[in-house]
Amino acid sequence: MNELMGIALPPLPAVLGQMTLGLVNGSFYALLSLGLAVIFGLLRVVNFAHGAFYMLGAFAAALALEHLGINYWLALLLAPLAVGALGVVLERLLLRHLYGLDPLYGLLLTFGISLVAEGALLQHFGSSGQTYPVPDALQGAVNLGYMIIPLYRLWVIAASLVVCLVTWFLIERTRLGATLRAATENARLVQAFGINVPLLVSATYGAGVALAALAGVLSAPVIQVSPLMGSSLVIVVFAVVVIGGMGSILGSVVSGLGLGMIEGLTKVIYPQASSIVVFLIMALVLIWRPTGLFGKS
Amino acid sequence: MSEPLLSISGLHAWYGESHVLHGVDLTVAQGEMVTLLGRNGAGRTTTLRAVLGLTGSRRGSVRVGGVETTGLAPHRIARLGIGYCPEERGIFSSLSTEENLLLPPPVGNDRAMSLDEIYLMFPNLKERAASPGTRLSGGEQQMLSVARILRTGARLLLLDEISEGLAPVIVQRLGEIILSLKQRGYTILLVEQNFRFAAPLADRFYIMEHGQIVEHFTQAQLSSKMGMLHEFLGV
Repeated sequence: MNELMGIALPPLPAVLGQMTLGLVNGSFYALLSLGLAVIFGLLRVVNFAHGAFYMLGAFAAALALEHLGINYWLALLLAPLAVGALGVVLERLLLRHLYGLDPLYGLLLTFGISLVAEGALLQHFGSSGQTYPVPDALQGAVNLGYMIIPLYRLWVIAASLVVCLVTWFLIERTRLGATLRAATENARLVQAFGINVPLLVSATYGAGVALAALAGVLSAPVIQVSPLMGSSLVIVVFAVVVIGGMGSILGSVVSGLGLGMIEGLTKVIYPQASSIVVFLIMALVLIWRPTGLFGKS
Repeated sequence: MSEPLLSISGLHAWYGESHVLHGVDLTVAQGEMVTLLGRNGAGRTTTLRAVLGLTGSRRGSVRVGGVETTGLAPHRIARLGIGYCPEERGIFSSLSTEENLLLPPPVGNDRAMSLDEIYLMFPNLKERAASPGTRLSGGEQQMLSVARILRTGARLLLLDEISEGLAPVIVQRLGEIILSLKQRGYTILLVEQNFRFAAPLADRFYIMEHGQIVEHFTQAQLSSKMGMLHEFLGV
């Protein structure tokens, strides 16, 4: 075994293997923090219900398969649409009344929404969770040389990267994205130009929520689909968002993927710290750069 | 006589608890250029913002092209054909110059200038199309703020303090641009502090004080009003 200053270094394949698996977790972090960033940018709402929407996405896929026979590929499209539509309804009925108030109110409301969603599903399904089968086309495993990885996990990384790239392109390179960026800076002026900002706000919230639901469907075959699957993840995702910089699109994607890999790396170097390393980094970033790595003050 | 394009009567407006406009009456006829003068804090900027429904709350009547706008959302009011150039210029830092220029959607089909026409009128903006909007000089940002509402087909332009803080040569260029817009048939309500800039341009003048219109006269009456202007504006 290699040694560096007396510390035993783990073999390279183990390091690469854990980093690759970390990239899978990082893909979920990136998708979830991306939606949070887009929502926070325009609405100034810290969407605490994001984990619940992620969970609802997975549940929608599982229930659709069980009761309606809707397969994975269709669920990948339909579940985000359905959960996104639910998000639009909640934004119109509830969240809308809190704009202009202290962001704390939005946080409390969305926290309440997540409690209601989790409680309702716990009542029906219990907390034990259910499995969702890996779709046939993605069965099997691939030999990367340093590890053998289930094909589905590679698909998760690829699909997340594509979705993040498409979202980035929409926001940074299109007319609609320019309108969104402008409204993030000065919504009143954008509305005074004749743009229907309330509609843009609803659509943005729906899109952010749909991204969370998409992450939920993607995760269904790798984890147990349970009502509490979102609440454990959302805490880490908030740390990712704080590290990347609230509201930064690029920051959320880069720090989501990066922190997933750092978590994986910690699992081989010092496994005991793997569940707190993200929070340690968050604390350091908050001291060194309170606006986050990619945030603007 | 047909109804003025903009007709404000008995307009009260508030920002939160503070009552800023106390019954403003003002009209701007089709094709006319009207200047609203007054000291800082007299309520001129608030008058423009209240036309668009951007103040906290408002009471009274604002009709644009015969349509009553009280109760309409700001984007619906804008779509009656209004182009707004705010006092702080409102250039978006996360948008390039060209994205800033292309941001406002069409709000009418009167007099919409093409991008080529706009670049002909504002050549600097073409050169710097790819730069972030807020990297432009103050003068260029002001040009951009005016230019971007000319593409939209707006017939009524609300311009707030467009000469503020700019070098004399740029103020002169802006004056030429405003005149050419007037010749193109735009209807303009201009809020100004700089009397020398506004004096040769406007058909009529209103003077505001404490949230009300206190004086109103035409270009022909201007010379006989200089004493009063001196008292109100210190010019």
